[in-house]
Amino acid sequence: MPSLNDFGHDPLWISIIKAVVIFVFLVLAVLFGVWTERKLISRMQHRYGPNRAGKFGLLQSVADGLKMGLKEDLTPSGVDKVLYLVAPLILVVPAFISYSIIPFGPVVSMFGVKTPLQLTDLPVAVLLVLAMASLGVYGIVLAGWASRSPYAILGGLRSTAQVISYEIAMGLSFVAVFLYAGTLSTSEIVAKQAGGGTLDIGSLTIPMPSWYAIQLIPSFLIYVLTMLGETNRVPFDLPEGEGELVAGFHTEYSSSLKFALIMMAEYVNVFVVSGLSITLFLGGWRAPWPISLWDGANHGWWPLLWFFIKLVIVFGFFVWVRAALPRVRYDQLMALGWKVLIPLNLVWILLVATFRALRVDKGPVVFTMLAIIVIGALAVYFYFDTANQRRREARAQEIQQDFETLADAPALGGFPVPPLDLPHYHGVHSSKEVTSGSN
Amino acid sequence: MELYVPILVLAVLAAGFAVFSVGIAPFTGPKRWNRAKLDAYECGIEPTPQPIGGGRFPLKYMITAMLFIVFDIEIIFLYPWAVTFDKLGVFGLVEMVLFIVTVLVAYAYVWRRRGLDWD
Repeated sequence: MPSLNDFGHDPLWISIIKAVVIFVFLVLAVLFGVWTERKLISRMQHRYGPNRAGKFGLLQSVADGLKMGLKEDLTPSGVDKVLYLVAPLILVVPAFISYSIIPFGPVVSMFGVKTPLQLTDLPVAVLLVLAMASLGVYGIVLAGWASRSPYAILGGLRSTAQVISYEIAMGLSFVAVFLYAGTLSTSEIVAKQAGGGTLDIGSLTIPMPSWYAIQLIPSFLIYVLTMLGETNRVPFDLPEGEGELVAGFHTEYSSSLKFALIMMAEYVNVFVVSGLSITLFLGGWRAPWPISLWDGANHGWWPLLWFFIKLVIVFGFFVWVRAALPRVRYDQLMALGWKVLIPLNLVWILLVATFRALRVDKGPVVFTMLAIIVIGALAVYFYFDTANQRRREARAQEIQQDFETLADAPALGGFPVPPLDLPHYHGVHSSKEVTSGSN
Repeated sequence: MELYVPILVLAVLAAGFAVFSVGIAPFTGPKRWNRAKLDAYECGIEPTPQPIGGGRFPLKYMITAMLFIVFDIEIIFLYPWAVTFDKLGVFGLVEMVLFIVTVLVAYAYVWRRRGLDWD
């Protein structure tokens, strides 16, 4: 089981090999991830999807990439030249860097050198991912701003606002994990999820699976939502709402390798949040339960396979969501991020912390804290609930009033609206029926 | 410091790949000059002139960014607390409840002033 002490001893050439392998893995993952997504989503929509380039259309993404390379490289006349060229780089590089701390497996012997299957690990590993996600935002906002096109700048701003809003909820959803794991290092978080944990309720001890996704379900669910929001994926793909913004911040990056880079950064980001969800919540590279009964499952190179399977499943979830859900409205998106996920998260963190403290100290202070938190949270919830109710009623009344004043007054800006209580045709007595034309 | 060297290696690889792609793009494609093609794309209408420096944008985005800074710093406070929680014990719990309540007061204020409403 690798821990922080196992890192930092690699000779440089091992680091280079691992970095190249991760890089190639990500590039291939993007190429075949796009293919997987298109194929899966088309089967969900009763069509075939790409099936011309290569067997099963497997080479479709390669063909698309080549095509983009052979297209004219446009630089629109109005753009800020330097930032326009730099923005895709700022998007791509942090996305790749985030993968350096994702653990793929235990310590193995690579060309005679004992080394963990992870590029590197830091005492602040998860913080690095969050930092890189924040850096990626610069790429988005600069791409939109440098294009000097209304659609691009609006898309860039929207995307930025969305990503930073969901980053808060994402950062908060990690706190419970760190509380349980007691570390920010990814390899140690995976190690902490090994073996069964227990849940203590009073004197009752229930054995629990050790994945944080099960132990900390609320955190995991919030993380799932935020990882969709963070990567601008359906149902939160408003920055690319093609009906209103053409293509969002990359409108002016038309078909060339620059667009390919932006596309690639988006997919790498999807794989980063997927890898992070596996590491922090789904047990990392460790084999899931039925397989873990086999002794060799968590040794040697096998964990690479488990990690890959989990990655495919999480990515499949992304595709499934894309096929299943419509896009949300922008104000709903922001309201979910700011008004639901953040307070829920904070209260959940306090609850987790209190239960954690109960393990070490069963004194009155902790129980008082628990009571305060629960009662406080309920009070705030009910206050906002009633306030919300009142606001909804006021709004309904306002709409009704508007309707009444404007309904028959075109001069006031209204419009002729047929009365809403007209009888149905079959509800009218034939004797009272008025023939059309007579008045 | 050795922990960070591999990150640098990966960063150099990614940056090299990205710079190569951006650099090679003008040479692999054809070049057919056309004035309309170089205009900003606005679905076919004459492009709206955009002032240099971006022009004006809705204030809401700035408010969102400011709120982001506030809450992001709060998260940064929570991380070291979470990591050392088992050592701090009840003291850490009490302190954090006080801290989060303080933050929630500010949060409720922003909510009340409709800082979190989009429209």
